[in-house]
Amino acid sequence: MLFLGFLFSLPNFLSENTRASMPEILPTSTLNLGLDLQGGSHLLLAVDTDSVQRERLEDLTSDVRLALRGERIGYTGLGRINGGVTVSIRKREDLEKAKTLLQGLSQPITANVISGFSQGVDLDVVNTQDLTFELKVTEEAIAARNTRTLQQSIEIIRRRVDELGTTEPTIQRQGETRILVQVPGLDDPQRLKALLGQTAKLNFHLVDQSMSAYEVVDGKRAPTGARVHYTDSEPAVPYLIRRRAMVSGERLVDASVGFDPQTNTPEVNFRFDTVGAKKFGEVTQANVGRPFAIVLDEKIISAPIIQSAILGGAGRITGNFTVQEANDLSILLRAGALPAPMTILEERTVGPGLGADSVAAGRIALIVGFLAVIGFMIISYNLFGLYANIALVANLGLIMAVLSGLQATLTLPGIAGIVLTVGMAVDANVLIFERIREEIAAGKAPIMAIDTGYNRALGTILDANITTLLAAMVLFQLGSGPIRGFAITLAIGIITSVFTAFVLTRFMVSLWVRRQGRPEALPL
Amino acid sequence: MRTLKLVPAKTSITFIKHRNLAMGLSILLMIASIGVFITNGLNFGIDFKGGTLIEASAEDAVDIGALRDRLNGMDLGEVQIQEFGKDTDVLIRIAEAEGAVDASQDLTAVQLLRDELAQDFDIRRVEIVGPQVSAELIQTGILAVVVAISSMLIYIWFRFEWQFSVGAVLALVHDVVLTIGIFSLLQLDFNLSILAAILTIVGYSMNDTVVVYDRVRENLRKFKKMGLNELLDIAINETLSRTVMTSVTTLLALVALYVLGGEVIRGFTFAMIWGVIVGTYSSIFIASPLLMWLGVKRDWSGNQMN
Repeated sequence: MLFLGFLFSLPNFLSENTRASMPEILPTSTLNLGLDLQGGSHLLLAVDTDSVQRERLEDLTSDVRLALRGERIGYTGLGRINGGVTVSIRKREDLEKAKTLLQGLSQPITANVISGFSQGVDLDVVNTQDLTFELKVTEEAIAARNTRTLQQSIEIIRRRVDELGTTEPTIQRQGETRILVQVPGLDDPQRLKALLGQTAKLNFHLVDQSMSAYEVVDGKRAPTGARVHYTDSEPAVPYLIRRRAMVSGERLVDASVGFDPQTNTPEVNFRFDTVGAKKFGEVTQANVGRPFAIVLDEKIISAPIIQSAILGGAGRITGNFTVQEANDLSILLRAGALPAPMTILEERTVGPGLGADSVAAGRIALIVGFLAVIGFMIISYNLFGLYANIALVANLGLIMAVLSGLQATLTLPGIAGIVLTVGMAVDANVLIFERIREEIAAGKAPIMAIDTGYNRALGTILDANITTLLAAMVLFQLGSGPIRGFAITLAIGIITSVFTAFVLTRFMVSLWVRRQGRPEALPL
Repeated sequence: MRTLKLVPAKTSITFIKHRNLAMGLSILLMIASIGVFITNGLNFGIDFKGGTLIEASAEDAVDIGALRDRLNGMDLGEVQIQEFGKDTDVLIRIAEAEGAVDASQDLTAVQLLRDELAQDFDIRRVEIVGPQVSAELIQTGILAVVVAISSMLIYIWFRFEWQFSVGAVLALVHDVVLTIGIFSLLQLDFNLSILAAILTIVGYSMNDTVVVYDRVRENLRKFKKMGLNELLDIAINETLSRTVMTSVTTLLALVALYVLGGEVIRGFTFAMIWGVIVGTYSSIFIASPLLMWLGVKRDWSGNQMN
């Protein structure tokens, strides 16, 4: 076991080259350094899953309207209630028909995007009173939809982060509606945040020219099916655009940065898929000479006049882009839109300099603390103190081994945990040695004293360490990031220190006893 | 070869006789801690209060006054600047704006600061904690301390008797209160890592207390007729050497960490050093005397499992 521990901890002390040249059978994994030690950026994002649920309810409301109208069933009081939609039927004879119709509106719940495995439907249709129905979205459906939203978001985030060319980003779900993004080596996450802060929903709308947008801004009623959007320029210019998108950004298959051949300013070139290209061709053909708006996240980024029908399915967006902006927009368009908006809840970024300093300081503190404890143990317990020290070295090796083996992350508080363990690890041995001294003082022969000492100390050591282990477990459960790193090293340290005291030190002590024959006195 | 013995092999200090003195001192300190906490409050870091923290390093010594004027001119909100370890390093803190609902203002402030400081500073660390997260961290923090202490209460109850578990937990509460007191008194930054330190102190102090209690239980079986105060004294004296040894080795490691481990974890190690001292004191002077007041079951004949 100790040998294995040594083997697993070994890679941490070897250089990269030596590691690479070792036989394959030997473990080569080293400790993962946390972001606080290697530098990097940690972002906690909240996904606005409510917006997705709201969308579902909006869709549901119009589905109900369309369905009832389609069957010519008179209804009243169609509206939203908490977590669902309510509607009342006018005539009693329509009741059964309406019920079947409304039940037909529910969709299967697909909990898993990949397998498409479905479990039940997402609506509870209840005839609450007399002629009134309530359509409630079930808890499972909400959970499943949130899960899907999170999975899609993670996928989109991954594509966006990958475009930054960083190494080994970690993107994982945290809790119900949050995503944790960790990017090692990134010391200024400005661009990352800009990329993650946008939903990047791109749509192409026709501009409504039946009246001026300014009239609507001044309070006139907008024509049906149209509304005002503003440009993202300074000052923002209002446009009256058709609500219905002529083509949606989901139809984009590629986007890249180009330069306008005349002005040499950056622009974004894009290409639609076949369906999108056909649609775009038709609409542009029918509206030559009229303007259309390119809308990104509710803001108009450009509103060009359609010069001629665009049939090839390719187009370009010219705005007042810098090269960087054009580049970022094409990344966003390539990666696709997020299913829901995200906000940044927390950022922790550590520069590489500080990380390296922390590692260096931690290492020195560990060495000095270690030497101090070793020296102190030897002057206190003599030869047995030396045994305890050997166990301490083995203990450190084991901690490193377990950390490497588990692929756990070593953080700065984690180093503190190791240093603390060095101080506390000798405790088990101290307990045993003190007990042996007591037994000697009580007049027992050395061998007997050692035996009783170990036996009596065992219960105490277990009780004492289990309580600390409990604290470490609570820390692990409730802590985050670096604190978890501390909890892990502390817990591992407690276990390995008890283990080494009872196996390794005891082994050395019994070897000594055997060599001595019948020792008269103990080197203690 | 002679060995160093910090505590003589056989001591017979009458701890219990002076229990009123120790207890009085502790109660006084606890009241003082609570008083300081009420009047001064804790200097909560951004983990619990929300806001922004930036550690920046310059080539030469930083003129903090000038930097403060410069940043105050940027209208970022309440800016706090302090030297951090060296005179070339500063810690800049921007408080969360009143009534902020998300981190957007913090994000903008960091952007502005980064641009402003880029020419003469190396930005070493940036932390932004939005209001939602900080509120949760407070909740989980309190929960963590409560869960840790109550799980120990249950464990000790299960392994010993309820008097022991109450005594041990009161000693823990004592340690936590005094630690919060010193942080309030010195207005040290109270952040997540200090909370971790408190939980570790809880574990450490409990560890110490259990060792003494374990001996008390053993002696309860051994000396059935002995007076409780004498019995407790014997238990504390017998384990005194170990208690001191372990505290010293732990402190050796912690002091090394405090002096050499860098500025980032200095608060953490300070809390730990304080906690080890207080925890050691409490397991000797508080936890055991409490057993006198709580009264302990004297007939352990039917309880031989340990």
